[in-house]
Amino acid sequence: MSMTIEKLKEIREETLKRMNLRGLPSDKPNAPYRWSVAICMETSCMSSKSREIKQRLLELIERDGKTDEIEVVGTGCFGLCEAGPIVIVRPGDTFYYHLDVEDIDRIYESHLLDGEPVKDLIYPESITEDGYLSYFDIPFMAHQERIALRSSGHIDPEDIREYIAFGGYEALYKALIEMTPDEVIDVITESGLRGRGGGGFLAGRKWRATQVSPGDEKFIICNADEGDPGAFMDRSILEGDPHSVIEAMAIAGYAIGSDQGYVYVRAEYPIAVERLENAIGQANDLGLLGENIFGTDFSFDLEIRLGAGAFVCGETTALTASIEGRRGTPRSRPPYSADKGLWGKPTMINNVETFANIPYILLNGPEAFKKIGTEKSPGTKVFALSGKIKNVGLVEIPMGTTLRQVVEEIGGGIPNGKAFKAVQTGGPSGGCIGPEHLDTPIDFDSLTEIGSMMGSGGMIIMDEDNCAVDVARFYMDFIADESCGKCTPCREGTKRMLEILIDITEGRGDETSIPRLERLARTTELASLCALGQTSANPILSTLKTFRDEYEAHIKEKRCPAGVCKALTNYFITDKCIGCGLCARNCPVSCIKGERKELHVIDTDQCIKCGLCYSKCPVKAIVKK
Amino acid sequence: MIKLTINGQTVTAEDGMSILDAALAHGIEIPALCHDPDLKPESSCRLCLVEVDGRPWPRVACGTPVKDGMVVETNTPEIRATRREILQLLLDNHPNDCLTCQKAGECLLQKYAYEYGVTFRTHNGARRGGEKARFTDTSSPYILRDESKCILCGKCVSTCAELNERSVLSFAGRGFETKVAADRDETLEASTCVSCSRCVAVCPVGALIDRRVREKKIRPWEADRQTIQCKACEYGCEYEVLKKGDERVIRPLSPSGGRPLCLKGRLFVEAEVSSDLRTPYKKEETEKGRKFVRTTWIEALELDGILDRITCNETDSGK
Ligand SMILES: Cc1cc2nc3c(=O)[nH]c(=O)nc-3n(C[C@H](O)[C@H](O)[C@H](O)COP(=O)(O)O)c2cc1C
Ligand code: SF4
Ligand code: SF4
Ligand code: SF4
Ligand code: SF4
Ligand code: SF4
Ligand code: SF4
Repeated sequence: MSMTIEKLKEIREETLKRMNLRGLPSDKPNAPYRWSVAICMETSCMSSKSREIKQRLLELIERDGKTDEIEVVGTGCFGLCEAGPIVIVRPGDTFYYHLDVEDIDRIYESHLLDGEPVKDLIYPESITEDGYLSYFDIPFMAHQERIALRSSGHIDPEDIREYIAFGGYEALYKALIEMTPDEVIDVITESGLRGRGGGGFLAGRKWRATQVSPGDEKFIICNADEGDPGAFMDRSILEGDPHSVIEAMAIAGYAIGSDQGYVYVRAEYPIAVERLENAIGQANDLGLLGENIFGTDFSFDLEIRLGAGAFVCGETTALTASIEGRRGTPRSRPPYSADKGLWGKPTMINNVETFANIPYILLNGPEAFKKIGTEKSPGTKVFALSGKIKNVGLVEIPMGTTLRQVVEEIGGGIPNGKAFKAVQTGGPSGGCIGPEHLDTPIDFDSLTEIGSMMGSGGMIIMDEDNCAVDVARFYMDFIADESCGKCTPCREGTKRMLEILIDITEGRGDETSIPRLERLARTTELASLCALGQTSANPILSTLKTFRDEYEAHIKEKRCPAGVCKALTNYFITDKCIGCGLCARNCPVSCIKGERKELHVIDTDQCIKCGLCYSKCPVKAIVKK
Repeated sequence: MIKLTINGQTVTAEDGMSILDAALAHGIEIPALCHDPDLKPESSCRLCLVEVDGRPWPRVACGTPVKDGMVVETNTPEIRATRREILQLLLDNHPNDCLTCQKAGECLLQKYAYEYGVTFRTHNGARRGGEKARFTDTSSPYILRDESKCILCGKCVSTCAELNERSVLSFAGRGFETKVAADRDETLEASTCVSCSRCVAVCPVGALIDRRVREKKIRPWEADRQTIQCKACEYGCEYEVLKKGDERVIRPLSPSGGRPLCLKGRLFVEAEVSSDLRTPYKKEETEKGRKFVRTTWIEALELDGILDRITCNETDSGK
């Protein structure tokens, strides 16, 4: 089928009619539905039964013949994954959280049939005196601004028509019909969009370099390898709005002069792969991919390549090698991908989120994009917020938002009244940012200045119970394991750094430990072949900078101040003890002695540091030191 | 032609040349373990780091093309310090075995360690393959492999892959556990290795050793050395004769200039110059996989047919 703008508009109008409740830029024509129920179908909500909930709801609606009144939409991520499975009832965007399959019956009967929301299933923070806040008005959403995730949660990612209803593929039309390739690249350059995959490289400049590079065959690659521990921004975009990436890749193909694109996606993301496959199929069926798109002589094909599961395969040259079927190891540059990438041809690689911004920029213009964010880092960034934070989930914030706003307002602060210790950004290549920098605005340059980096969007919050040395050890463990082993400094150096960190956490550190770490850090930074090795010591360097006293306590006093490193932690009973005996009964090695109603004592030599007594004591008389 | 400055000396180079090659062409040596003029640069050992245009971030000389007006320093204190650290990292994971190592005297790791004053390890961290690892593959009568000495330069992998039908070696594993594997991590005997010894000829350390030379206990520095050409085919691959007293052994030299090296050629040269002819072996497919089996010199050199003809002929004409 070949697509025309008239057909696109027709699909849009036609589909909009049934999307009257989805908070749309439409004037809500003849409203067919009374209720629209959105159920998050993202990996993390699916793992907590959202599929069964949807199934059950469909059964109820079917049973009562209400299919014309109530629509059920499986959508992408709403963000607050911690509250999953999430169901949003529209109109009103009423936010139901932590649902069980049985709960949907009550929502159906009360809310959908009788118009009476089920208060005890509604997210508490959205309950006010005079009713219920819309999901989009809860404190978690307050500072957020959605560009990359603009359609997630609104549309059904498995239905291209809903994407089109939201203005989808109009940017592609605009590019193909109204703009020259040069103009497209000018707009991207002018928008100041920087790569969201970690490096923050200007997208427009990369597009231009590949466009002007001589060669009659060129490739576009979307990097969806997303290997940072805890990160799932790209997965969410692919699961919630795959067409935004497909459309952007076609636009890039037109601008650069490429008719073939590849999405390199982790094999561990089966749902994303399935949605992407489905979306590519639908785009092909509608003539939005394939030959002569919109009747022009521009053709573009898209294929999926599954990643081999190594973190380093996210690195441009390793990724290319992996697609070519070779061992996924980085190579030295030059030549750069823009000149010699996939199969030696000019190749342009962008990250998923970078692509997801493109249609927005083309449709709304570079000025609109630049209004959001900061001067040098325009736009938004998606972060996966996790760790010791109340609102675990996916957030999209304008650049320039401060870390404090994210932690305290969007994130809802640290649970259990604990004190904030650090925020880790940039994944294993990034660093730990201490409380003194909480007011730093989040943008590419500010984060680098304080010894961390933007990275691809992992953001892990730590509280007083996290040990800085243990955190550094965790990341070094990851890096040493993921080093591809090609170059000497990274292969050998990360292993030695890991060994030294393990020594420190197990009480074998000595006065040479820190200087050796610093020397190794310098060598890996200066001499490694790719960014994995070059940045491998960042977690050490950044924790050393802010928490040097903690390293020294481990080394000199053989003490872990946070009580995390087992070998250095001992349990003691203080005189708060009321002699209840609970600890003694729970201790698996029976090393707690004491008479009833008298102070109990732990035999530290026998203690295996399991921590059971610590958690059982009703008066918190037991301390870790 | 391009003009650049290396260590204050103005030199000319061809466009597209690497800094390393440009320096070498003017007699300026830059240490490198993974570089081989016949192979594509891997830039993996990272020893050839140099300072370019005064920038704080060093570049690898083997992978950086020269530019007009470029100013290169190959021996600043910072660069030397970084090289020392890299060498230390290699020796930290290396057996202390120069005393009995066949490669001693021509080992590049040993040479650079000497130049940079780096000693064997002083810590008790892990070593690849464990403390006792030695001669991890003794299955081949021609080649000894010792993974514990391998510095993963990749030259053997590249040289073996130069000939499509060979490509026996590849990297396996990752990180600290990376190693060179024959086919699917098999022994040289069980693999498709054709015993050409290209890999042995390029290995910069004692990780791949010519077994027959080692059995003779001749190390290169104590031998009279002479290069000869194989006459088995028109390529004329180069072999080196090592002579010590009455003993003579041969070993293949680096297969430069597109020369393939092969087992038959090696045996030809052995037959020609070695002081004693040791049993030749050839690989056979058996029920239990590939095996090295003893053979005769006549069969190994594929002389049977010719010999038959010659003997026939001579008996005939003698009549
Ligand atoms: C070890 C390593 C892993 C990487 N992993 C990813 C990844 O998973 N996804 C990604 O988009 N970029 C990753 N990158 C960055 C890419 O090399 C590349 O810069 C990026 O895909 C370019 O796209 P962008 O300009 O749109 O950010 C990684 C880089 C390194 C060094
Ligand atoms: S820095 Fe690490 S990951 Fe990168 S090429 Fe070297 S060994 Fe491989
Ligand atoms: S930490 Fe575990 S082993 Fe030690 S005293 Fe408490 S309960 Fe017993
Ligand atoms: S549980 Fe607490 S209060 Fe009870 S005996 Fe043990 S230390 Fe004392
Ligand atoms: S390989 Fe080199 S450094 Fe290692 S033991 Fe042999 S001679 Fe010494
Ligand atoms: S001897 Fe030849 S075929 Fe065998 S591994 Fe070495 S280079 Fe490859
Ligand atoms: S065996 Fe020799 S040539 Fe091969 S990688 Fe190891 S050190 Fe390099």
